[in-house]
Amino acid sequence: MSVTHDLPKPRPLPRLLVVGLVSAALLWGAFSLYSMGQPLFGAILLGLATCFAVVFGSERFYGSRFIFPGIAAVLIFIAFPVIYTIWIGFTNFSSFNLLTYERTIEVLTSRGTVDQATEQPFAVASDGEAYRIWLPDSGLLSDPVSLTAEETAALSPAAAPATLLERREAIKLREGLGLLTLETPDGQMIRNTGLRSFASVVPEYVRTDTDHLTRKDGTVLTANHEKGFFETEAGEQVPPGWRVNIGFDNFKRIFASEGIRGPTLSIFVWTFAFAGLSVLACFSVGLLLAVILQWEHLRFKSVYRVLLILPYAVPSFISILVFKGLFNQNFGEINLIIEALFGIRPNWFTDATLARTMVVIVNTWLGYPYMMLLAMGFLQAVPEDHKKAAALEGASALRVFFTITLPQIIPPFLPLLIAAFAFNFNNLVLIFLLTRGLPDIPGTVIPAGQTDILASFTYRLAFDNAGQQFGLAGAITLIIFLVVAAISYANFVAMRRAAQRRSGRPV
Amino acid sequence: MIVERPRDLRTKKILAHGFLLIFLVLIMFPFMMVLSISFREGNFSVGSLIPENPTLEHWVLAFGFDYTRPGGEVVSPPYPVLIWMWNSIKIGVIAGLGVLAIATISAYSFSRIRIRGKAAMLDGLFLIQMFPTTLALVAIFAIFDALGEVTPLLGLDSHVALILIYLSGVTLHIWTIKGYFDSIDPALDNAAAIDGATPWQTFRFVFLPLAVPIMAVVFVLAFIGFINDYPIASVLIRSENKMTLAVGARLYLNEFRYLWGDFAAAAILSGLPITVVFLIAQRYLVKGLSDGAVKG
Repeated sequence: MSVTHDLPKPRPLPRLLVVGLVSAALLWGAFSLYSMGQPLFGAILLGLATCFAVVFGSERFYGSRFIFPGIAAVLIFIAFPVIYTIWIGFTNFSSFNLLTYERTIEVLTSRGTVDQATEQPFAVASDGEAYRIWLPDSGLLSDPVSLTAEETAALSPAAAPATLLERREAIKLREGLGLLTLETPDGQMIRNTGLRSFASVVPEYVRTDTDHLTRKDGTVLTANHEKGFFETEAGEQVPPGWRVNIGFDNFKRIFASEGIRGPTLSIFVWTFAFAGLSVLACFSVGLLLAVILQWEHLRFKSVYRVLLILPYAVPSFISILVFKGLFNQNFGEINLIIEALFGIRPNWFTDATLARTMVVIVNTWLGYPYMMLLAMGFLQAVPEDHKKAAALEGASALRVFFTITLPQIIPPFLPLLIAAFAFNFNNLVLIFLLTRGLPDIPGTVIPAGQTDILASFTYRLAFDNAGQQFGLAGAITLIIFLVVAAISYANFVAMRRAAQRRSGRPV
Repeated sequence: MIVERPRDLRTKKILAHGFLLIFLVLIMFPFMMVLSISFREGNFSVGSLIPENPTLEHWVLAFGFDYTRPGGEVVSPPYPVLIWMWNSIKIGVIAGLGVLAIATISAYSFSRIRIRGKAAMLDGLFLIQMFPTTLALVAIFAIFDALGEVTPLLGLDSHVALILIYLSGVTLHIWTIKGYFDSIDPALDNAAAIDGATPWQTFRFVFLPLAVPIMAVVFVLAFIGFINDYPIASVLIRSENKMTLAVGARLYLNEFRYLWGDFAAAAILSGLPITVVFLIAQRYLVKGLSDGAVKG
C-alpha cells in the first residue's frame, strides 16, 4: 500500500497548466463575487481556489487529491449552510428585515409621490430607430430617446409630430418609459407616472448623510443599527428594515414568551415521542416478520419477502399522500370501512391524539421493511447451536427468542436504531405531506401544530406563513442541531463499540 | 426446535401463513385502493373496490392529454405530471452520477491511500453524516437567494442549484463504497503497485472495474433518495413547470381542490418505474445496505 507514494509522476507540466487554469478561473469567480457585493461567497471561493492549487499543485499532497472533492463538497454544502443557519439565528432576518442596509436605502429613496398639478398626457412618436415623447398639453417634444436604458432628455417647444404611435404600441414600450426622465425648458424633471401620463415626482425620502434620511414632510429619520430600521425621533419604524445582528434576542424570545415557549416545549417532547415510537414500532414489526420469514418450515418465503418490502419500494412521498387521502375524514376509504363496521367517523386530522396516532401508523407502514431486511441479515448470524441447546433444555420458542436471539442481535442493531431515531427526529417529509403539522395548538403567537416536530415547526416558521421568521427559525435550528449532535455522538460511540466487539480487539 | 411434533407443526404453519396473509392484506390495501380510485369516475372515492363505471379519464389526463367526457365536455390535465417526472429523473440522474463520482474516489482514498489525519477525517465525516440537510434549509434558501442576484443559474427556481445541494448527500455513500473497498484483498493493489502503477492508475484500472456492482447499488439508492426529497426541492423550486414529482404531487390533494382520482393515476404512473427498479435491485440493495451500514 505504501510503496506507491514515491513513484515518479509522469508529465507534471500539463497537470500544472490545468491546475493553473482552474485556479485562475476560481480566483476570477471569487473576485467577481466580491465585486458584486457578496464578500462571504467570494471568500469561500477564494479558500477553495487556494486549497485546490495547493493540493493539486504540490506533490506533497498527492494522497489528499483523492479526498479533496468529497471533503470540499461536505464542507461547502453541509458544514457551511449549518454554520450560516446558526449565524442567521442571531439576526433579525425575517420578511420585515429582508434586505441589506444599502438596498433598504435604495428602496426608500426610490419611492416618490406624484405631483398631481404637473400631471399631463403624453404620446410617443417614432423617429427612425429612436423615439420622441410628445406632450400635447404643453406643446413640448423631447430629444430622441432609445427607451432601452436609464436616460435623461431635454424637452423643447415644437409642432405636433406627424405620426404618433397607437396607444397599444406605446404600452409595449412602458418598461423603457419607466427609466426615462424628461427635463422641461424651465428645469423641472418629469417622469412617466402611468400608462397615460407624465408628471413631476417628488421623492418621499432624501438621504442627507450616511445614517439619516429626510422625509418629504421634513421629519428626520435615523438609522437604528440595533433594530435594523429607520426610526423617527418618536421611535416610529419605517419598513422595510435590514438585517442586523441581534445577539441572543431570538433565544430570549423562545424561552421568555409563554406563547412561544409553551408550544416549543410541547413540540420538543412530541418530537422525541414520535421518533421513539416510530423506531420501536418499526423495529418490533420488522423483527417479528423477519423471525417468521426465517422459520425453516415456512414455504413461499421469497414471495412473502418481495411483497412485504413493497412499502419500502414505493417512493415515500407517494405513499404518504395516498395515506393522506385514505385517512380523509369525509371521503377517505379508511373512514368508510370504520363507519361500516363500527358506525363512527374518527376525525383523523382535527383531533390531536388521533392525528398523532395516524402519523405513527403511517410511519410504521413506511419504515418496517427496512428493519425487516436488516433483521433478516442479523438473524442469520445467530448460531443455530445455541438455540438448539436451549430448546433441548426445554425452553419454549418465545423464551429462546428473548434469552438467546434478541440479546445477540441487539448490539449490532443498536447503531442502526439510533440512526433511525435521528432520521425520524427530522422526518420533515412525513409530517409535511401528511398533516402539515395540524391541528394547531391553541393560543400560540407563532404557528405551531400538535403533530409538528421540531424540523417541520422550523420549516413553517421560515417558509410557510406571512411573516417569514428566518431568524427565529435559525435559532430553533441551533437547538435541534445540539440535540442531533448529542444523538450522533451517541451513535458514534455505539458504532465504535459494535465494531470493537465484532473485531474482538480494543481500538 | 429440532423436535417438532407433526400436529404442532401444522398448527404453527397455519398460524404463520394466516398471520402473514392478514398482514399482507393490510399492506396491499392502500395499493389496491389507489389502483381502484384511478379507474373510478370523478375525483371522490365513493364506490366499491372494483369500479362500477370504469373510466380511463384520470389516466389520459395523467399522460398529459385532454380527455373528452361522453357528454362532450373536454377536460384538460390539471398539472404537467410528465414534465415533473422528467425534472425528477433529470435531476436524480445528474445528481446521482455526481454523487457516485465523488463518493467512489473519496471511498478509494479513505480505504487505500495513506493520508495524515485520515482517522480524524473519517470520524468527522461520520458525525457530519448524521446532520440532515433539512437542518440547513433556512441557510440554503438565503444562500441561493443571494447567489441568484449574481446569476439566475444559481438562484432560486434553478435545477442547477438543486443538484449542487444534492451533491452534499455523498457522506453515506462514501461509507457504503468504502466498506466494499475494505473487503478487497490488499494483495491486489500491492501487486499493481509493484508493477509500477500510480495510485490513480490502481484506482482507474483495478478498483473502479471491481466496484461496478456496488456503484450500481449506490446510484440506485442516491437516485431514489433524490426522487423522494421534498424539503429542499420545495424551498428552492417555485414555478410549476420546474417542480419535481415530490413537490408537485402535493398540489393534487389541496383542501380546496381535491383531485383524488387524478392523483391516483399520476401517482401510479410516476411511482411504478421507481418501484420496479427497486424490486429488481432489492437483493443487491439489501446487501449494500447491511454491508455499508454496519462497517464502522
